[in-house]
Amino acid sequence: MSKNLFDKVWDAHRVGSLPTGQDQLFIGLHLVHEVTSPQAFGMLEERGLKVLYPGRSFATCDHIVPTDSRARPFADPEAEAMMAELEKNVKKHGIAFFDFASGRQGIVHVVGPELGLTQPGMTIVCGDSHTATHGAFGAIAFGIGTSQVRDVLATQTMAIDRPKVRKIEVTGKLGKGVGAKDLILAIMAQFGVEGGLGYAYEYAGEAVRALSMEGRMTLCNMSVEGGARSGYVSPDQTTYDYLKGRPYAPSGADWDKALVWWKSLASQADASFDDEKRVDGGAIEPMVTWGINPGHAIGVGQKMPKIGDMPAAERDVARKAYEYMQFKEGAPIAGTKINVAFVGSCTNGRISDLREAAAFAKGRKVAKGVRALVVPGSMQVDDQARAEGLDKVFAEAGFEYRQPGCSMCLAMNPDKLRGDEVSASSSNRNFIGRQGSPRGRTLLMSPSMVVAAALAGEVVDARSL
Amino acid sequence: MTTNDSMRALSKGRGLPLRENDVDTDRIIPARYLKWVTFEGLGKHAFQDARFDEAGKAKDHPFNDPRYKGASILVVNRNFGCGSSREHAPQALARAGITALVGESFAEIFSGNCVTLGLVAVRLSSEDAMALQDQVLADPSLSIEVDLEAREVRAGSKRYALSMPESQRQALVAGTWDSTGSLLSNIQAIKKTASGLPYMAWKSAG
Repeated sequence: MSKNLFDKVWDAHRVGSLPTGQDQLFIGLHLVHEVTSPQAFGMLEERGLKVLYPGRSFATCDHIVPTDSRARPFADPEAEAMMAELEKNVKKHGIAFFDFASGRQGIVHVVGPELGLTQPGMTIVCGDSHTATHGAFGAIAFGIGTSQVRDVLATQTMAIDRPKVRKIEVTGKLGKGVGAKDLILAIMAQFGVEGGLGYAYEYAGEAVRALSMEGRMTLCNMSVEGGARSGYVSPDQTTYDYLKGRPYAPSGADWDKALVWWKSLASQADASFDDEKRVDGGAIEPMVTWGINPGHAIGVGQKMPKIGDMPAAERDVARKAYEYMQFKEGAPIAGTKINVAFVGSCTNGRISDLREAAAFAKGRKVAKGVRALVVPGSMQVDDQARAEGLDKVFAEAGFEYRQPGCSMCLAMNPDKLRGDEVSASSSNRNFIGRQGSPRGRTLLMSPSMVVAAALAGEVVDARSL
Repeated sequence: MTTNDSMRALSKGRGLPLRENDVDTDRIIPARYLKWVTFEGLGKHAFQDARFDEAGKAKDHPFNDPRYKGASILVVNRNFGCGSSREHAPQALARAGITALVGESFAEIFSGNCVTLGLVAVRLSSEDAMALQDQVLADPSLSIEVDLEAREVRAGSKRYALSMPESQRQALVAGTWDSTGSLLSNIQAIKKTASGLPYMAWKSAG
C-alpha cells in the first residue's frame, strides 16, 4: 500500500503539532477577496502584525462587484466601501491584486486556475467554501473563516485537524449530454449533504479521468455541498497540458522539475484510503434540484420524491422544501416553469461552460417572460468569449451578457431574484433565499440545462434539443 | 455566559431549541449582511429572513419567542452551519448572546470557525439532541450546563454524553483558541517547511 496524494501533500506541508493536538499546516497559496478579508486585516492591524509571506497571497474582487457597470464609485456605497478597504489593505501589505485595470479580475476560483497560480501539490486556502475547486489540480484546497485568514496572513500556516480521505470511484462513461455538474449533483443525491463530514474526497475512475480540467473544477467545487471540506483529482497529462504556459505556472527548467514532482504525488493504484465508495457514471442523467439543499437532486426524467418514501431523518427538511418551493411531491420535475435563467458562478462560469451554453443558445430565443443572464467568471473568460463571438450569440438569443463576478449565485450585488421567482441556475446552492430574494426558488443544473430551460420557459431535458 | 472569559470549560444558561436539519449559514446570516467591513451589528440580524418577512413582520421562530429571551445554549440537530464558510454566521450567533451550541452534528468549516471565536459547539447523539430539545420545549426556564471537562451536557436530572474534536475541546478548556500566537512562535519551523517545498523556488512569468 502506498500513500495517497492527500497524505503526501499534507506531510510535505506539515510544520508540526500544536499544543491542542492539531497540525500546523503551511499554506502554499492564499487567495483573498473583498468580503471575508477586511476583518482579518483589521485584526492584524490591532495586533501590530505583518503579512509573513506577501508573495503567497493574491487578491481579486468578485462577490460584491456589479455586473452592469464597473464604474467607480459603485452605485452601492457598502460595496464601494468594501472595495476601497481591499484596495487599501493589499497596497499596505504588498499583496498582488487582480483588479479591473489588470484585466485579470474575476471570481477567485476562476482566476487562480486560469493564471496558473493553482498547481498540483499545493495547499490552497481562501475565505470561501468553494476553494475546494482548486483540488481539481491535485492540490489540497479548502475554505476557511476570517480568523483563519488572519492566521494565514500572519504566519502562512493554520491550525487544523487532518481529515480522513475517501476515494470516490466513478466507473464507466458519462452519457452524451451528461457532464461534471450532473455527476456532482448525483454524488450529492447518493451520499447526502452531510455524508462527507470529516473527509477529503479523492475523485477517481474512468469517468473522472475523462473530464477536462474545467469539468474537474466543477466536480471538486461542490465537494463542500456534500459535507467534504475538500475534494481533489490526482494530476495527469490533462492537468499538465492545462497548466503549461499559464502566467504563474513554472517556466523553463522549473517546468521540468515541476513535472517530476507533480507526477510523484499522484495516488497510485495501490494507494490506501480511509474509505472507498463507487458511483456508476453510466447511470447518471442530467440532474436538477427540486428542494432547498444540493442533495435534493434528481434526474430530469424523474419525479420529485414522496416524503413517505424518504429516510425518516430527511422528511422534515423535505416537508419544508416542498412548502418553500411550492412543488408537489411525486410530480415530475420536467415542465416546472421558470422565471430566471442564470449561467455563471465559480461552479460553471468558465469558458467551457459559456461555450456549452452558447452552443445550445445559438439561433434560438429565450422564452417570453424569462429573464436570462450569462455572467462570465473572469475578465479573461469574458475576453475569450467575446473573441469567439459568444457574447453576440447570447445577445441574439435574448440573454443579458454581463460583466464578470459572483453575481446571482449569492446576490451580494444587484443581480437578485424578485419575490418567489423560480431560477434555473448553473450555480452551487439552492438554499432558502440564496439568490437574493428571501422567497426566491433555485433549481440547480448544468449550463446546457439552464439554457434549455431558458428557451423552453420550463425545465426540459437538454438532450431533447 | 461563562464566568471566565479566557476559558470555556463550562457554559451555563437556558436553552433555545431550533429543531431542523441542514440549517445553512445563508439562513443564519443572509449574504446582504456580509457587505460590512466589521462584524459589529451582526447579532440583531441572526436568522433575519427566518424571523421576519419582507415587510418586517415577525414570524414564528424560536429567536422571536419571548420564552427563550436571554437563552444562551442553542440546541440544534444535524449538519448545522452547512454551506458558506462565512465566519459571520458564528459571529452573529455569538453577538446574539449564544455561548454554546449543542447538536447532532456541525459542518466542518462552521465548527472550526466557532472554535476560533471561543464559541462552544458540541455533539450529542441524534436521540439525545432531540431529547434535550424536548426538555427545553417543556420547560424553557431549564438550566443547561455544557461541561467540556466532564464531557457531558446536564439538564435537570438528565446527563448526555457529548463529543467534539479533541483539539477543539483542548483549545476551549485551556483558553487557547486564538491560534495566531502559538503558530507564530514556530517561525523557524515554518521557514524550514517552506524551504522544503519545491514550488517555493520556482520562477514564473507572472
